[in-house]
Amino acid sequence: MSTETKRPVLEVRNLSVALPKGGDRVHAVEKVSFTVNPGEIVCLVGESGSGKSVIAFTVMGLLAKALKPTSGEILLEGENILAASEDRLRELRCTRMSMIFQEPMTALNPVMTCGEQIDEVLNTHTNLDPETRKAKIIAILARVKLPEPERIYGSFPHQLSGGQRQRIMIAMALVLDPVLLIADEPTTALDVTTQAEILKLVAELQAGQGTGVLFITHDLGVVAEIAHRVAVLRWGELVEMGPTEQILSRPVQGYTKMLISSVPSITPVHRGVRRDGVTILRTEKLGKTYSGNAFFQKARVVKAAVDVDLDIRRGETLGIVGESGSGKSTVARCIARLIDPTEGKVYIGDTEIATMSARKLRPHRRRVQIVFQDPYRSMNPRITVGEFIIEGPMNFGIKRDEAMARARKLMETVRLDPNSLDRYPHQFSGGQRQRICIARALAMEPELLIADEAVSALDVSVQKQVLELLDEIRVRLNLAVLFITHDLRVAAQICDYVAVMSKGRVVEYGSAEQVFGSPKDDYTKALFAAAPGRHWEFGKFAA
Amino acid sequence: MLDFIARRLIAIIPVLGVVAVFVFLMLRLTPGDPAAVIAGDNATSDQIADIRNKLGLDEPIWTQFAIWIGNVLQGNFGESFFFKKTVAELIAQRVEPTLALAICTLVFAVSISVPIGVMAAYRQGSLIDKAVMGFSVLGFSVPGFVIGYCLIYVFAIELGWLPVQGYVRIGVNFWQFAERMVLPSLTLSVGFVALISRITRASVLEVLNEDYIRTARAKGLSNRVVLMRHALRNAAVPILTVIGLGIAILIGGAVVTESVFGLPGLGRLTVEAVLSRDFPTIQTVILLFSVVYVVINLLIDISYTLFDPRIRY
Repeated sequence: MSTETKRPVLEVRNLSVALPKGGDRVHAVEKVSFTVNPGEIVCLVGESGSGKSVIAFTVMGLLAKALKPTSGEILLEGENILAASEDRLRELRCTRMSMIFQEPMTALNPVMTCGEQIDEVLNTHTNLDPETRKAKIIAILARVKLPEPERIYGSFPHQLSGGQRQRIMIAMALVLDPVLLIADEPTTALDVTTQAEILKLVAELQAGQGTGVLFITHDLGVVAEIAHRVAVLRWGELVEMGPTEQILSRPVQGYTKMLISSVPSITPVHRGVRRDGVTILRTEKLGKTYSGNAFFQKARVVKAAVDVDLDIRRGETLGIVGESGSGKSTVARCIARLIDPTEGKVYIGDTEIATMSARKLRPHRRRVQIVFQDPYRSMNPRITVGEFIIEGPMNFGIKRDEAMARARKLMETVRLDPNSLDRYPHQFSGGQRQRICIARALAMEPELLIADEAVSALDVSVQKQVLELLDEIRVRLNLAVLFITHDLRVAAQICDYVAVMSKGRVVEYGSAEQVFGSPKDDYTKALFAAAPGRHWEFGKFAA
Repeated sequence: MLDFIARRLIAIIPVLGVVAVFVFLMLRLTPGDPAAVIAGDNATSDQIADIRNKLGLDEPIWTQFAIWIGNVLQGNFGESFFFKKTVAELIAQRVEPTLALAICTLVFAVSISVPIGVMAAYRQGSLIDKAVMGFSVLGFSVPGFVIGYCLIYVFAIELGWLPVQGYVRIGVNFWQFAERMVLPSLTLSVGFVALISRITRASVLEVLNEDYIRTARAKGLSNRVVLMRHALRNAAVPILTVIGLGIAILIGGAVVTESVFGLPGLGRLTVEAVLSRDFPTIQTVILLFSVVYVVINLLIDISYTLFDPRIRY
């Protein structure tokens, strides 16, 4: 990398962006300076609320009206964007600077074909005639390695996969060869194998064209994979900046050290074989088939889960890992009977619940409890945390006082203040809410706790605390835990046994050490090969 | 798609069945005897009984119903008690003014309300937005006949620009037809505009928060293109739904508006038929209205596929 001699494509100098009055702090971004050179990938890393996306949107001039840049300069090839008119900004977008977004599912207009959407860019910014435009679009679709560019040109976004849609976004962003590409968490919503492909594509394209990339991510694995330089942000301020290798292996600041130490290792911890407990959950050839019914047409049949055999003993954690659509959540929901399995059996202890009638099932509901992915949406915003926790036990005949006492004790278990039971969910942070959700599940005194992507929505430092808490609770209460996750690092740290699912089937099943150490199935191997930053051992630093 | 249309068409049958039973019973259970109306004030009870017999009203209700339904199924809607014509002829004569009024109102209302709704959403919180919202509350709350008489007073009586009342067939003189259509369709539009502009605003506002609007802006497109090409088309489905439901308002409003402006349409026919207890006419008109309502909403459901490629039946 000898780009120092060239002029940077992006220079951010002393940038501050004010938050509207009444926010939790005055500035969304405060006095941040950094540069992006041609052909360089600079990662902005930070947890939620660090201001990394605000910086990206300020550069594009797409900031929400409530946020105002108050000082500093943003120079795009020397031109100050903060001083540019709305018309000038519009000219610059997609020609000199482009942006790709986190959610390829929602970032494309669902009612226009992909070709039309890319064509809009050319039509707006160039005077090319329709045939030339179309040829150019087909060429860029081929360059982002989409199969059958002609067909994709006429396809609507919903007809493509998530990875393909992100490729469309990239094609749209790069069709006019901008000097700067801003990528705002472009792979966060994608499966790990797709993520690996997209990262590779971005790196290839920018290296080929010498594009400067400002890459925003919360995932240090992705950073290790793609970045030349890293800037760490916290609460709107730049904590530390430097070459990737230096920041990841020799961080100076306490916050950076804490952040890097929080990344779970992909090498599983040795937990020993403890196969002596009582079997809490056993499934036998569990299956779920969805079928639509149609009048004249042939019904569509989707096999979401096929022949799933699992078992968990008391005090053990079984992880189910897989990509989206692999059927892992379907299995969890069948086990909790939130949906009815169509085949096979589910034993909770000795009780078979898969085919039990709703009335008979009710007393057994207590025995299996779930913690869901999104703590923001799995709590009723209008009832207090206390009511939220005691609702279940009271439903099973426990007196209010007694349930409240139990709730207070559980709040201590999940390390929250028992006196905050009369508060409402919005008064807690994401991590705290997830603890409350765990307390709610535990209030039912379950035998099996299902965590369905329970830490996926959390920042890495918070994630670490919640994982530790879950593990501690498992040991203390001798619980059986079914842990559903797409994150291999998390699975490596918390699971005794791991089942890898793909297309509704369990393709590999064994102890975590065995599955991670010497995977046998091709799919498992591919999954591990795609894990970002797998070659990087994130050090544990004392902060 | 064909599957969907077939299913929906089959679903019309029970709807019409319920409407038929309901309208039939309502008419028979409310007080007032058509025979007495026809016979006039000085008739003797024998004369009335004679008329009842001739009209078949002395049969038990369920026999009357069976006869009526049997005839309807054969395409025979009976003869009006009052107008001495078959109901089919009567409706054929009266359908043009109503159809013209409905189409004018629809075109007028949609072409006004969608743009102002989009503007209100784009400039949320501005004066335009407040004006549109204020008008919409007003449009909902002021009854149609009040608007009608106000318009007549201003444009027909004071300014003398347009005729007060009446109808000229479109085939007879187009210009006279057109100038007689303006005030009625304006009157009928007010409530419709209020409804559609409001739903357009809400629907566009929601779409403006979508990620793909941000993408469109990131592409460097102008506000107009973002709004019209990206936002409005995605907001179309709820707007269409409300237009479909609004057809009911249109039918109800036609009754009042036609009376105010003296249009010889189906709305006024309904009023006249109800006042003279003309059972066959009332029943047929109501059945016709329900068929129109159901079919228009089916067409609207099908039109969703034009706006949103994800919708497939």
